[in-house]
Parts: sequence; structure tokens; C-alpha cells
Amino acid sequence: MITKEDVEHIGWLARIEISEQETVEYMEKLNSVLEYFGQLDELPTEDIDPTYHVAEVYNVFREDEVEECLPQETVLVNTENKQDGAFRVPKIG
Amino acid sequence: MAYENPDGVKIGLEIHIQLNKLKTKMFCGCSTDYHNAAPNTHTCPICLGLPGTLPVLNKKVVEAAIKVGLALEGEIAEETQFHRKNYFYPDLPKGFQITQYDYPIVSNGKVVIEGEDGEHVVGITRAHMEEDPGKLVHIGSIEKSKGVLIDYNRSGMPLIETVTEPDMRSPKEARRFLDKFRNILEYLDVFDGNLEGAMRVDANVSVHWGTRVEVKNISSHKGVERALLYEIMRQKNVIRRGGKIVQETRHFDEGRGVTISMRTKEEAEDYRYFREPDLMPMRVRDWIPKIKETLPELPDAKRARFIEQYGITDMHARSLTSKIMLADFYEAVCAKGVDPKVAATWTADVFLGELNYRDLLISSYDGGTIGFIHAKDPEVKNSFKVLGMTELVNLFSEGKVSDRAAVEVIRTILDGTEEKTPSQIIKEKGLFKAEDDLVTKAVAEAIAENAAAVQDYLGGTEKSLNFLVGQVMKKTKGTADAKTARELIVKELKE
Amino acid sequence: MAKWMSVAQVKEKIKESSAEEVTARYLELIGKSKINGYVTVSDKALEQAKKIDAEGHDGPLAGVPIAIKDNISVAGLPNSCGSKILEGYIPPFNAHVIEKLLAAGAVILGKTNMDEFAMGSSTETSHFGPSANPWDLERIPGGSSGGSAAVVAAGEAPFALGSDTGGSVRCPAAFCGVVGLKPTHGAVSRYGVVAYANSLEQVGPLANNVEDIAVLMDVIAGYDRRDSTSIESKTEYQKALVDDIKDLKIGVPKEFFGEGIHPDVEKAVWDAIHKYESLGASWEEVSMPNIKYALASYYIIAMSEAASNLARFDGTRHGLRANGENWHAMVSKTRAEGFGTETKRRILLGTYALSAGYHDKYYLKALKVRTLVKQDFDKALSKVNLLMAPTTPNPAFKIGEKIEDPLTLYLSDVNTCPINLAGLSSISVPCGFTDGLPIGLQIIGKPFDEPSVLRAAYTFEQNTDYHTKRPPEVA
Ligand SMILES: [Zn+2]
Repeated sequence: MITKEDVEHIGWLARIEISEQETVEYMEKLNSVLEYFGQLDELPTEDIDPTYHVAEVYNVFREDEVEECLPQETVLVNTENKQDGAFRVPKIG
Repeated sequence: MAYENPDGVKIGLEIHIQLNKLKTKMFCGCSTDYHNAAPNTHTCPICLGLPGTLPVLNKKVVEAAIKVGLALEGEIAEETQFHRKNYFYPDLPKGFQITQYDYPIVSNGKVVIEGEDGEHVVGITRAHMEEDPGKLVHIGSIEKSKGVLIDYNRSGMPLIETVTEPDMRSPKEARRFLDKFRNILEYLDVFDGNLEGAMRVDANVSVHWGTRVEVKNISSHKGVERALLYEIMRQKNVIRRGGKIVQETRHFDEGRGVTISMRTKEEAEDYRYFREPDLMPMRVRDWIPKIKETLPELPDAKRARFIEQYGITDMHARSLTSKIMLADFYEAVCAKGVDPKVAATWTADVFLGELNYRDLLISSYDGGTIGFIHAKDPEVKNSFKVLGMTELVNLFSEGKVSDRAAVEVIRTILDGTEEKTPSQIIKEKGLFKAEDDLVTKAVAEAIAENAAAVQDYLGGTEKSLNFLVGQVMKKTKGTADAKTARELIVKELKE
Repeated sequence: MAKWMSVAQVKEKIKESSAEEVTARYLELIGKSKINGYVTVSDKALEQAKKIDAEGHDGPLAGVPIAIKDNISVAGLPNSCGSKILEGYIPPFNAHVIEKLLAAGAVILGKTNMDEFAMGSSTETSHFGPSANPWDLERIPGGSSGGSAAVVAAGEAPFALGSDTGGSVRCPAAFCGVVGLKPTHGAVSRYGVVAYANSLEQVGPLANNVEDIAVLMDVIAGYDRRDSTSIESKTEYQKALVDDIKDLKIGVPKEFFGEGIHPDVEKAVWDAIHKYESLGASWEEVSMPNIKYALASYYIIAMSEAASNLARFDGTRHGLRANGENWHAMVSKTRAEGFGTETKRRILLGTYALSAGYHDKYYLKALKVRTLVKQDFDKALSKVNLLMAPTTPNPAFKIGEKIEDPLTLYLSDVNTCPINLAGLSSISVPCGFTDGLPIGLQIIGKPFDEPSVLRAAYTFEQNTDYHTKRPPEVA
């Protein structure tokens, strides 16, 4: 069961601000889903390998060949928060 | 005698090196040549992490990692893959870093260094591939930042992170390890250590086999020794005062030469590693034989060969193989038929000494010319020719120039702007060794003019002989060979 | 001009009149739309069509208009993924499938509504509000590619692209009475498609008939070096359109007819299977014991991958940015404001499922269950050529009916998500109605066996008339 503290912790990990009231709502909703997920526990899987990808493909590479970069103005076109060719954000901590 | 390690120091290193010799970044076709470029001009949708973009791995990154692994005598994994390391930071455009986790490409290697008590083995735990984040510039200082500017030119640069065992017992050993490690990487031609940010080091250090502290942000390999000396002193003082070392991460302030505690976050990081679903796993062990063929002779092997082949001292061999470009330069000089021992003295002692004195870093070698750049100002450049060294060594061996004159030739070339051969310089500066009769004349004069010194010498004051030699040198404007002058004076006075 | 046209008819019309006229006609229909299917109508569509008229184009889709789901990047058009957090973001590059479409001469009409970041089965989680189902405007069109399905059903585009992570093409196709294909993972490049769950999703076409699906697949499918999971295949999709399924062996997995299934849905699907039988196919029941765990496994994997994929929306480089005293606070506030409730739930659940102490219990466990689900399919498909089942257990529900309870909403994917877990190919074709709402038949094939899937779908279509029915409310 997820506690209020758990919700706060994962909210921090996921960088989503959660209000006091939302914490309780999330706790309930998330617990109902997790309870549903819990049904997997009844299935023994000790000897089963996980499937990350269905296709068993290995060694996909590109050659070390230079391709064109975007012009600086295009890079910055989707933000107003820029200065001297760089993205500008508030201080970090 | 075995090193006692009186303070029980244990040091382990984590070294990030940028594979800046590759043409393109790790997962996109952006050029790695961004070091003097304007911000955000070496980026594309992929290294900017724009929604919908996907990484495709540069094959050369894997080849370089295998090369490094083999050079470190490590094992190359049967199967290796990438993971996502999830955390939020403005330099990380995707909100995760693509790195390797429990299946690193290299494990269990080692590097032998010249330790406190002779040869010392430093274990390599692992080496893995990962992408570099972008670069942050704080407006104002880091503590009183008003904002942050982000340049993603560096984002997606290929890195190899190497983690050592805590096998180093002093800052000096850590420094030696890094010198050796860097040397090996340069031999492999995967990395140019002179470029900014090419090598970044974090260190774990503990004293009296106690709690370890991580020191981050050591940007130069020279800074490591300073950072560690400070941190060991700090820890010893804490213990002496009865305090306890806490497990923490400290930041090295290069300017002040101190380590500063980075406040421990109230919430511990949890990177939620999971396999990168956009990249396929790799099985590359069958590349090993082919890559082995391309591996150059590594520093230790080259050093042994130099001693054997050229009959030079271990110290000279060590010095000459400390840079692959210098080693190649030396061998090219030897190939011209000069006396290898004389060439070793002039290359390892004089030439290298003059470079260090001038803060010049060896930056290129093309088979005929070795080039340097200034450590602090890359605009300051110069070069020295194999033929120049060959000529100089020959002139010296044949007794045509004095050692002082030969040093003068090297200095003139290193400080000069025009290209000149040693004989041109010798001629222009009148540095040819004085004619024998000129020296004989000077010796006679010196004896005649300094009766007191002659008496002192004959009375047993050895120092007076030096005075007389000095007088001869003065009279010949330094063109005489000091050794010859000395012999002549002794001969003259004995008769 | 007829309201609903196949691609062949559109091409005929272009020949008779012009690409411009055809595009203008679609834009006019979109202008009068009652279904909120498009979130962006391209201001370049007419220009594009005119250019094709003026310069000529010999591509297979010269001048043919198409609608694109709003998570597929089109250079110069907003790409919002149904989210406020991407407000104002315009990608400077085209997705691989868009490059292919443009090279084929297609005219992009606009971007279609979707559940936020494809997280939903109704379009109700879209920041732009839900789209309406053309068959009943009070109902949802399904999701997450609900906008694409709805505009095709309403005749506002001859065909469209969607994306299918756990049923996001097939579910709205079934609810809107159109055809929708989820190709085998790796058949179509994902480059430029905003990721929800990388290892599960594929771009898929939606159209009013099977032939147009094949036409579109011939354009968009194929290897792309920019997608490391892309797989080389030489499939010629239109060649699969043969009206003959003699000797076809159909497997009917009884687990897909579980409790809660609407009786009319069950009947319509069985009627379809019997239709195949009458055309020369045989069928047998197959059992897939681990299917009941597929939904939980699917959601754990999807949410975990999504939590990581969506970390890049941090207000730093594009889209919404809230005020915060420092960068971390700015990010937390931006994400709190920019993401909708369901997206936040899934990010939180995915973060939890990967976090220290829970990774093995949830994420790793789900991947192991995925192996079991895949084994069930491998076994079943070793005995039969194709599997057939309802696409969804129920027809389209009312707007607002399920939005409050995530679990009931998730159940819409119960019959479609196992196919994504196993990386198979699968199509939904109309096979009946209940109370005027369409029902979808799902045909499931082995990886890269789209030819068999398409052939069966085509044969069914040739021998039935469900695909010719049009929603009366928008007619
Ligand atoms: Zn790039």
C-alpha cells in the first residue's frame, strides 16, 4: 500500500508538485491500480526471463559520419527564455 | 621496502573521458568539433532530446570502448546494453542519461603504475559507455546564481567512464595512475587530453580505512593530487579532533584548492535504472581479434623495447614513452642513424625540459614534425622537426657544437617564429665550437693573468680550477668546450 | 463530391478536378465539423495541393489528403500530444512516416485529437477536450487515436495515421466503425513519434476500407536507420489483398470473450468467424491461460517507460513554463500545471514501479509476465494461421462515463494490449452494430505476417457490407 509519504516521495522523484489534498486523492487512485497490479504475484515467474523487446535483434549501429546540425535560431525557436544563444533557466537549487 | 601507508589512505577514482577524436556524437550525427563554437550550434533534434527523437549508437564508440578495455587488460562482456539513468537536471535534455548499468562493456582490468614502493597494480572495476550532458554557465557564482545558461553543444558527446578499485594509497599514486591512464588512452588515439573537459575525475577517499568521501568536479588531472592532499588532511584533522567522517559528496574548488561539502539532499536520489528500450543489446566479442590487430604498442611494452633496442636508461625510456607523439618523434630521429643514447638525452632531458619550462603541450606529430600548443593559450603554437633534432644530435656527437650551444639551438627554435635549421642558427649566432688553438691561447692567457688562482689550485683548492675554466669560457665567448678547457688547464699546470 | 471517398476515388477526383479542389473540399468539411477531431488544421494544406497541381507529382499519394495524429511530428505544425505542457511547441523536423508521406505526394490536412500523450482510450484526457464519436456525438470515439478514427469515420479525411501502444489504433477504429492496423513492432519507424511506451508502440493507419490501409502501409512501412528497433522487411502490402481465405485456420482464444463482454459484441464476432467458415476457413478454440495477466503487465511496462519518456517535458527548452524560485521548483510546477490528471497518475505509477525496492516487484515482474503472454501467442499461432477476437469487449461508452475510475478505463485495452506485449500484427475491421454503434473484429497474426492479416480482413470486407455503413448524424 502506498502511503501519503510515498506519494510525496514519488512526486518529488517525478518532479510533479502535489498539493495536500491531491496527495490523498492520488493515494487512493494509485492504490486501487496497484492492487490490480498485485494479481501478478500469484503467477510464479522465478524461472522466466524478462522480455524487454520482442524482436531478438543485436548490434544496431550507425557509422561515424557527420550530419548537419540545426541553426542556433531554430534550436531556440520554441522558447522565449534565451540569452546569448543559450537557454536560460532559473538558478538550480 | 613495502609502503606502510601510515594514514591508511585508500583512493579510488572514477574517470570520465570524452571520445573527442571521433567525428560525431554518441547517438546523432552532430560534429564533436564544438570546442570553440557558439552555444547551441552543434545540436540537432536528437541531442536536444526533442520529443519523438531516437538514439542510434555510433559504432566507433563501441570500438573505442573495446580498445580501452583491451588496453586495460579487462574482459569484454559477452552481451552488453544501455540503461536509462533517470534524474532531473537542466543539462540533461531528456530527463535521463543513456548509460550502462549492470552490463558494462568492460570489467576486471588493471593498470600497473610506479607506486610508492615500486610497481603497483591498480584494479579497474569496470569501464562503460555513456553520453555527456550539456554545459551550464551560472550567471554570477554557483552559490549566488541569478540564473543558468544552457549550451547543449556538449550534450550527447561520447564518454567512457572508468571506475577503479580503491587501490591507490596516496595522492601521488592517484596522480601517477591518471598520468598512465591518460597516456594509454592517447596511445589508443581515442582521445585528445588537451581539449577542455576531455577528462573529468571524481575520487573516493578514506583515511584509516574508514568512511569514504566522494570528491567531485576535479577537472584537470593535475588537480587530483591537490584535491586529495587537501581532503586527506581535512579528514585526518577531523579525526584528530575526535570527530567522525561522514559519508558525503564534496566539491573541489580548484581556485581555492579546497573541498566543500555539497549539502546532502533531504531526499536521496533514486535513478530508477531500466534498460533503454530504444537501443538494442550488443554482442561484440567477435570484434576483439580485429581490434586487437589495430592496437598500438602500449607504453609499458614500448618502454621495454626502447631500453632493449636503443640501450637507453629506464628513466629516459619512461620519459620518451610518456607521450606517444614524443616516442614516435624519438624513433624517427633514431631511424636517421644518430646515436640513440645521445638522442635520448637531448630529447628526454633537454628538449622535453624546455617544453615544460615554456608550458608547451605536445599536440601533434605527423612523421616529420612534432607540434605543440601552449597549455593556457591554444593560439600559441610551435613545432620542431625530426630533421632538426637529427642534425643537432649529429653536430653534438661529432663535437662540432658544445652542449651549451646545442641547448641554445633548441631554445632558439622553440622561441623563434621563422623556420631555421640548427646549422643556420649556429652560423648566425656564431655557436660553432672554438678552434683548438683559440682555446689553447685562452688557456695560456687565463693562467698568466690569474696567478693567485693558479697558486690556490696547486695548493689543493679544487674550486679555483672552475674559476680558471670560467675565464677560458669568457675569453672564447662560450664557444669552447668546457671539458676540453678543463683538461687543457690541468695539463698545462701539471707540466 | 461524395463525402466518403476511398483513396482510389480521391485520386480519380484529383484527375477530374484538381488536388486543390479535393483538399479545399476536405477543409470545408472540417470547418463544419461537429466532432472536434482536429486540434490543428494545417494552413499549408492548400498550398501543398496547389504545388502538386502546378508541378505534378508521380507519387502514389499525389494530392491525396491525410490526417495525422498529434503525436507524430510534422515540421512547422504544432505537436501537442493533447497536452498543455507542449503548448506552442512546433517541431523543426518531420517524423520518418511524414517524410515518406510527403515524398509520396500526400497533403497533410492537420493534426488530430488524442488522449494526452496517448494515455487513454477515449480522447477524454486531451487538453483540447474529447472528440465525439460520429455514430453518437454523446459518446467517445475511443482512443487514444480517437481524433484520427473519428475524422475518417466522419469523412473529414480519407485516411489517417494513428499510433497504437496498447490498442490506440484498433480501439477507436472499432468504436468508430473504421479499419485500423497495428503493424508488427519494428515494421514502421517510430522516429519523430512522441514516445509513450517505446517497446510496445507502432504507428498505424486508419481508413474506411482495408485496401486503403494497405496503400498507406506501402508508403510508410520499411526500415529506417534512425530507429534502432526498425526491422528490414520486404512486405508488399497491397499484394496481400486477395479475396480468398480457403484453408485458413483460425484460432479463437476464449479468454478474449471474458466476463463483461457485451452479448451483441460476442455474437457479431462469432458471426464473423462463421462467415469465414462459410468462405472455406476452419476454426478451433485455443487457450491462452496467461492472457488475464496481460493488462496488468502492459500497464506496468507502459507507465514505467512513460514516466521516463515524459521527463523531458520540464519547461526548459519548449512548451509551458511555470514560475518557480529555482529550476527544480519551476519544473515541478510546470509539470503539475502542464500534465493532466491521468498522465500524472501514470507518471507517478511508472516512477513507483521503477523505484528502489519496487523495480523487481512491478517492472521486472511485468516483463516476465510479458514472456508468458508471448509464449501463449507463440503456441497458439503455431497451430493456427490467425487469431480472431473482439477488438473491444464493449461498444463506445458515453463521454464522462468512465473517466473518474482509471481501472474501468484501462479495461478497454484488455483485448488489444496483449498483442502489443507480444509484438504481433493485428487489425480491427467493422463486423456489426449494437444499438447503432459499431463493433470491431480483431484479426491477429504472427510478427510480420501482415499479409495474412490483411488478406483475411480484405476477404471479410469483400463478402460483407459493414464497412459501407456511414454514421447518420454526420452524413
Ligand atoms: Zn545532435
